Amino acid sequence: MIMFKLLWLIPALPFAGFIILALTGSRLTRTRTAVIGAGSAGLSMVITILTGIRFIGSPPPGNAYVQVLWTWMSVGGFRPEIAFRLDALSLAMITVVTAVGFLIHLYSSEFMAGDEGYSRFFAYMNLFVGSMLTLVLADNLLLLYLGWEGVGLCSYLLIGFWYKDTYNGYAARKAFVVTRIGDTAMGIGLFLLFTVLGTLQIQELMQRALQQWGSGNVMAGAAAALLLGGALGKSAQLPLQTWLPDAMAGPTPVSALIHAATMVTAGVYLIARTHVLFSLAPLVQAAVAVIGAVTLLIAGFSALTQSDIKRVLAYSTISQIGYMFLALGVGAWSAAIFHFMTHAFFKALLFLGAGVVILGLHNEHNMFKMGGLRKQLPLTFWTFLIGAASLSALPLVTAGYYSKDLILYSAWASEAGSPLLWAAGLAGALLTALYTFRMVFLVFFGEEKTRVERKPGMQIKIPLIILAVLSIIGGFVETPASLGGLHIFTKFMYTALPPVVNLPLPATGEFILEIEAALAPPIGIFIAYLFFLYRPRYTGRLASTPSGSALHRFWFSGWGFDWIYDRIIVRPFLWFARIDKNDFLDLPYLGTIWAGKGVNRLLVHTQTGKVRWYAVGIVIGAILALSAMVFL
Amino acid sequence: MASVPVEYGLILAGILFILGLLGVLVRRNIIFILLSIEVMLNSAGLAFIAAGYRWGQPDGQIMFFFILAMAATEVAVGLALALQFYNKTRTLDTDAASRMRG
Repeated sequence: MIMFKLLWLIPALPFAGFIILALTGSRLTRTRTAVIGAGSAGLSMVITILTGIRFIGSPPPGNAYVQVLWTWMSVGGFRPEIAFRLDALSLAMITVVTAVGFLIHLYSSEFMAGDEGYSRFFAYMNLFVGSMLTLVLADNLLLLYLGWEGVGLCSYLLIGFWYKDTYNGYAARKAFVVTRIGDTAMGIGLFLLFTVLGTLQIQELMQRALQQWGSGNVMAGAAAALLLGGALGKSAQLPLQTWLPDAMAGPTPVSALIHAATMVTAGVYLIARTHVLFSLAPLVQAAVAVIGAVTLLIAGFSALTQSDIKRVLAYSTISQIGYMFLALGVGAWSAAIFHFMTHAFFKALLFLGAGVVILGLHNEHNMFKMGGLRKQLPLTFWTFLIGAASLSALPLVTAGYYSKDLILYSAWASEAGSPLLWAAGLAGALLTALYTFRMVFLVFFGEEKTRVERKPGMQIKIPLIILAVLSIIGGFVETPASLGGLHIFTKFMYTALPPVVNLPLPATGEFILEIEAALAPPIGIFIAYLFFLYRPRYTGRLASTPSGSALHRFWFSGWGFDWIYDRIIVRPFLWFARIDKNDFLDLPYLGTIWAGKGVNRLLVHTQTGKVRWYAVGIVIGAILALSAMVFL
Repeated sequence: MASVPVEYGLILAGILFILGLLGVLVRRNIIFILLSIEVMLNSAGLAFIAAGYRWGQPDGQIMFFFILAMAATEVAVGLALALQFYNKTRTLDTDAASRMRG
């Protein structure tokens, strides 16, 4: 039990690091700043791992441990507590958050070395890790919401980290405002849950929901839909996905940590955490699956046309989270968390690798100006290749294969699944391999176009190697029936999440599904090879035909969502604001100003500058006061 | 010993106060204004003493000492101001110091 008692330290340590860094500002030396920043995240990781070993070795009663620190407030019947809950779900989340978080901190200590905002960067990063851990450990939805807003704030601060460039500030505001739409929906959802069920404590809430609401209940549907709104904003899913590609304006480690590995998957976590509500609202759950499937396809096509390496990865992240939503939508909760874990490993790896390339080429983001880097950056090339293979779900050897295969299988076989969802997922898998290896071929193969100015040092290489290893072995904890049928991860998850309900499927059917899922990535890679390495000229010709270039532009701009939102929301709003600027509500205030000015013009004459007149004023005042006292 | 009625003292104090007040309002010479303020202060002191006498309390005399001390400091500061004023404007007319008019 002693290990579990230290649970509060896991989020507290990064917060402490934040406070120290925020208070000392830039007075500490860079080494000390890095030690505090990365050290607090590292210590937190060590405690997490020890706690995890203890948890798996001898699970606490009920497979969950709740640590109540204090009562946050007590208003009427509303008594939210600062309490952390450790179960299989939150353990998986905090392990990934602290491990990937620590590796990215380590990477940043070298990556950001030349930056003037070094300590500010680590302060924000620590605040982010602390908030994220609060989010996933929270025992009630209010504390979860606090962490939820905390990570949103850090995301805003870090996207706009290089605030001197106005574009970065714009991107930060866009991310903040767009996610705010979802957050507002989620806030309303919390109000609704509290008014109807009378508590925000998650376990209690789920129990009451089960007792009071039947399946298909309208209230359950509304609550689930509102929570889904929050999840869509945070996880950049249709229709709130537009902020994530612009969020790439932040430093690359930020994109790796916040906009790939952890924060953007908070929506997945939220849905998994409140899965009871979604099970009670089959319609909303189906919507989750459809949104996931559509998003993964749309983002996949967009990723195919981008020229900025980070934007490819951003669209890829949207697409992969689409897979997680697809899994959630068909009730394969643990498959979604499994994909979250492997995705955190390989996507963080890809971002960090892209960061090395960008740094080495003097902030060059355009992939068409790169090329042939595999000889100049051998280690980065190999680790990036592993990450890309894992993202493409290359069969048998990569972690991404096992998680994606599980999702595809569930999309077909689950009760809520359908062949259509499966087909979308399969097409997405092909697309993923295609755009991923397009990126690999453009950046690392072909002719050398530039010289790398800056080679990565140890602090960058170590995280790359560790993440590359994890991107391979991270999937071996869960294999399909034909490959040994290991179910370590899902078995563990079933202590916190219900198992997926599969329709009976003959063994040959499962085998055929697996073959198809295994074939899609190699085909995608082969097409990428044909189009971008073997005959790149064909691709150029194809893209320059009228329909080709129109399609290219359409996908490049992310299916025109920004354009539509600009026309439907932003411009009418600005127009309305302009008209509304001169409405009658201002009249009382303007009148006050006029009256004040008029009285001032009159009273200014009494200021003669002559002392005797002032004395007369005092005398008159005194006489008036005295007569008031005497006669009234 | 025949006692003076308290009203006499108060009436005298009132007359003195009004005289001083008129002086402050009417005179333009800064020295005379200070002088008139002094008269007003002393009239207030007289009123205190008369009242203290009427109630058989020492408070009135104590207040007079306060007023005395205050008057002394007022004179010190006021004369210093008057001196500065004269150095700046070469006149003692207070209306000359009206640069702060609205």
